[in-house]
Amino acid sequence: MLIKRPADIKPSEITPYAFYRRRRELMASAGILAAASVLPFGVSAQAGAKLPGNVRKSSFSTSEKANTFKEISSYNNYYEFGTDKTDPAEFAGRFRSRPWTVKVSGEVRKPKTFGIEELLKFPLEERIYRMRCVEAWSMVIPWVGFEFNQIARQVEPTANAKFVEFVTVVQPDTMPGVRLPVLNWPYLEGLRIDEAMHPLTLMSVGLYDQMLPNQNGAPIRLVVPWKYGFKSAKSIVEIRFVEKQPKVAWELANSSEYGFYSNVNPNVDHPRWTQKTEKRLPAFFANRKTEMFNGYGEQVAKLYAGMDLKKFY
Amino acid sequence: MLSYWRNPSQGHIRHAKVLVFALALLPLLRLVLGAVAFPEWLGVNPAEFITRSTGDWALRILLLTLAVTPLRRLSGWNWLLRFRRMLGLFAFFYAIVHFSSFISFDHVFDVDAIIKDIVKRPFITVGFVSLVLMLPLALTSTNAMVKRVGAKRWLALHRLIYLIAPLAVLHFWWMVKRDITEPVIYALILAVLLGLRLAWYVRARPRHGEAKPVRL
Repeated sequence: MLIKRPADIKPSEITPYAFYRRRRELMASAGILAAASVLPFGVSAQAGAKLPGNVRKSSFSTSEKANTFKEISSYNNYYEFGTDKTDPAEFAGRFRSRPWTVKVSGEVRKPKTFGIEELLKFPLEERIYRMRCVEAWSMVIPWVGFEFNQIARQVEPTANAKFVEFVTVVQPDTMPGVRLPVLNWPYLEGLRIDEAMHPLTLMSVGLYDQMLPNQNGAPIRLVVPWKYGFKSAKSIVEIRFVEKQPKVAWELANSSEYGFYSNVNPNVDHPRWTQKTEKRLPAFFANRKTEMFNGYGEQVAKLYAGMDLKKFY
Repeated sequence: MLSYWRNPSQGHIRHAKVLVFALALLPLLRLVLGAVAFPEWLGVNPAEFITRSTGDWALRILLLTLAVTPLRRLSGWNWLLRFRRMLGLFAFFYAIVHFSSFISFDHVFDVDAIIKDIVKRPFITVGFVSLVLMLPLALTSTNAMVKRVGAKRWLALHRLIYLIAPLAVLHFWWMVKRDITEPVIYALILAVLLGLRLAWYVRARPRHGEAKPVRL
């Protein structure tokens, strides 16, 4: 019996999840009933559905072999759903990605709140990017999305907009991880304005030919391929153009280990992991040397000309 | 019935030992089968899974080893003592597999990088020290070695476990990035196991002028 379902019981599993769920379901059922009477046919095009329209190829894509849909959607860091790599795939099923809006505000001439349907109408591109996690593993992921600068163009940032802050969602009833103060919720991320406006910086809405799975940051997330994975904030609900450098989640949690920039850099070791090499999953052994800016130096190195990247890690 | 539990037959103890031995091998069996035949058992990052799992089991069995004496004292089941050596050796075994996966998967036997990692990263330092301290205990675990070392010195040497276990918990605690729930649970269990010993020790200590009580 142990062979089929091994007894690797984690303390986190001791509180039966079913009980927790049942309680939540009871509480949510009233809300669902109310919503069902208003909505015509429940929710449309959620995670797992096919993406609309034509998706263009991009010259920014790598020709490296992409990881499978299953690999990309079963090994995730998304602490709102739990800190184990398998927690997001296991617990994100009840996450609500519709209705969804992204409020864009701050130092802009035309602040605007975008509905997700509107965002899905941006011309979509496939971007096959390398993704390097700060934990020294990496994948190759065929994101589908559009450049962040397209949003910026619509809201017209002012000269005061020096940074962009990304605010992600907190859904306490669908996200078991936010019950613990593991990080400050909501998870905040930020980029310098020139980083955000760079053509490599992507707002992703899809994976392969599907809408983003919940555990990958549905319905819309940031992808910044030359920075460690945690900079690519998931499930974004608000974007603020700001003058001062925002405080971001991992910096707030542990500023000696995580800096604002967090560019992939084999020459700056993380206290927990060497960053010189990485493990391109799936694999048993570290199998690649980590490249400066995750191999995107040709495109982005100029953003950091003259900066001491050991100091601004 | 209860009196039987206090004094089971030698045959039953032998059978129970075989059973415990087999149970203690299950975590390893899962990893081996996962590595050779059922990759979905180990997920996308099998090396990480193996390192984590063997570390978890080393720590769990180490705490189980430390639980033998309190359980024996509380229940009066003295035969529990006969499982302690095997448990301790299994803890050491999983710790060795854990360390082996670290030097092979993470560093592909690059000695320089391994030494740097051990020196530079405090959580690895304490884990390594804990492992090294287990070595003399494993080496002196046979009956012959107990005789050779002498019971008194042997007991003193094996009290190293009171240092090994806290270091192992600390190793886990410092390794965890943010959610310290699990290491806290292990730390609490350890605190209970060591706390009981401390309480018994304080109570058994001879007061001034009294004769020293006989201790095992």
